[in-house]
Amino acid sequence: MNAIELSGVVKRFGPITAVDGLDLEVPEGICLGLLGPNGAGKSTTMRLLTGQAITDAGRLRVLGHELPREAKAARAEMGVVPQLDNLDVDVTVEDNLAIFARLYRVGDVPAAVDAALDLARLRDRRRDAVDRLSGGMRRRLLLARGLVHRPRLVLLDEPTVGLDPQIRTELWTLIGELKEQGTTILMSTHYIEEAERLADEVAVMHRGKVISRGRPGELIRRHAGRETAEVYGPPPRLAEVRGAAEARGLSVRPAGPAIAIVGAERDGDGLIPADAVRRAASLEDVFVLLTGEEVE
Amino acid sequence: MTVEAATRPAPAPRRALRRLEPAAIAGVMSREVANFRTYWRGTTFSSVLEPIVYLLAFGLGLGATLVDEVDGVPYIEFVGTGMVATAVIFSSAMPAMFGTFVKHRFQKTYDAILAAPVDVEELVTAEMLWIGVRAGVYGCVPLLVTIAFGLDPKPAMLLVPAFCFVTALGFAGFGVTMAATVAKIDQFNYVTALFVTPLFLVAGTFFPIDGLPEGLQVAAQFNPLHQLVELVRGAAFGFEAVDAARLAVLLAFALVTWRVAVRRMSARLID
Repeated sequence: MNAIELSGVVKRFGPITAVDGLDLEVPEGICLGLLGPNGAGKSTTMRLLTGQAITDAGRLRVLGHELPREAKAARAEMGVVPQLDNLDVDVTVEDNLAIFARLYRVGDVPAAVDAALDLARLRDRRRDAVDRLSGGMRRRLLLARGLVHRPRLVLLDEPTVGLDPQIRTELWTLIGELKEQGTTILMSTHYIEEAERLADEVAVMHRGKVISRGRPGELIRRHAGRETAEVYGPPPRLAEVRGAAEARGLSVRPAGPAIAIVGAERDGDGLIPADAVRRAASLEDVFVLLTGEEVE
Repeated sequence: MTVEAATRPAPAPRRALRRLEPAAIAGVMSREVANFRTYWRGTTFSSVLEPIVYLLAFGLGLGATLVDEVDGVPYIEFVGTGMVATAVIFSSAMPAMFGTFVKHRFQKTYDAILAAPVDVEELVTAEMLWIGVRAGVYGCVPLLVTIAFGLDPKPAMLLVPAFCFVTALGFAGFGVTMAATVAKIDQFNYVTALFVTPLFLVAGTFFPIDGLPEGLQVAAQFNPLHQLVELVRGAAFGFEAVDAARLAVLLAFALVTWRVAVRRMSARLID
């Protein structure tokens, strides 16, 4: 059974079409990474799934509920971890959790709060106001708040955006544990590594549509082949190599100070310079090739 | 501990969710209560001190020098009972305007709440009820201060919190509507100058309405604050038959602003 089904969903904001005929199915029990550059329509899709935005066209079903008519019932069974920290900063950690346990109609609020405190590893800070917590603690609390009612489906909207690597790794561990419990997760991200590490499947989103979907390994094989060669040098040389590679049908993308020739294993006539750095093709190659956007 | 720990409590049973669920409204109000616990001292301090200052300035200052009595009522008691309405508008319209705007635009609190099984109607209702309860309590402070200054307590004064509550609901709805309407927070200056201040000044708090030109006297009848002032004075000095109509006006004001606030906030919060 699918936890999420979107069919031909369109959402416009004035002249801008944020979601453009989106078809997406998320089977129960998987973690689907919605990977796309800023402005791809990921956050709008998340808002559509919670009923905080209404489609202009198309059909949405979440956990068997038709949206927007049954959005409230769907929200009761899902948890949302927003991109922005919207905790009540003057209120204690445990009160932040208790408020949401009540909003989600949890029967035993104290037990739910205790469990969420354990999840966020904040039991010893339960009586502290949120504004006394570190950035990492606040993010863990935000995640625990979205899970306080034991949801069947969790929407993670850019869960680690703007965080330092240590905090990001902490959150990845928590999300990984959540995955192991069999909770369905839809995670929007524009971090390649996040998608690679956590997602069972990745849907690459661009200009309001899913333009490719599959397991990370499948996507790499399908779009980038086995090997990528990075060529460094002055701009005239890079332009020359690029032109020659493209003339032979190889995909080339910018890679910081270098160019990356994707599908380098198909270079049969020694086009790629000997000093090129060869590496395994990556999801980053796929992302840049499909969206034309540089990776952050 | 792991995520497993978070899965200990049983999930809520799957059931149909109705409109205006008490649990949703109580949940939103519990958030307000939790926040209020962090700032109640300052709010209470100013709510008690302000009427004292006003009573000293107008009641004792003006009363001792220019005005002795109004309609047979000592001026300090006239102002003190009228100050209830001032306390109500400033503890309902203002928090509703600024609080709602800040929670919506800056803190993104409503995005978090609306991601839970709460709809805009429940959210707005809870916000209005909480402001109504708070203003119902704070509205009584000037009356208590006036009693301390010599006003005779009457059993009918026990109705004053209810009058304040109903009026505050209306002004909370007004404030939420304004918060959903303005584009920037500084635009509340227009709202204050065009609506709040005139309503406050032409409520009959500091001078009787019947001294105004006839047109303004008629206009004052449409001012909910004036109706509250008259109801509070009725509780203090004796009700009249027309006071039932005044209460009906306040109930209608609350009902209309509630529906308008829900409509405006829905347009603002749901894309």
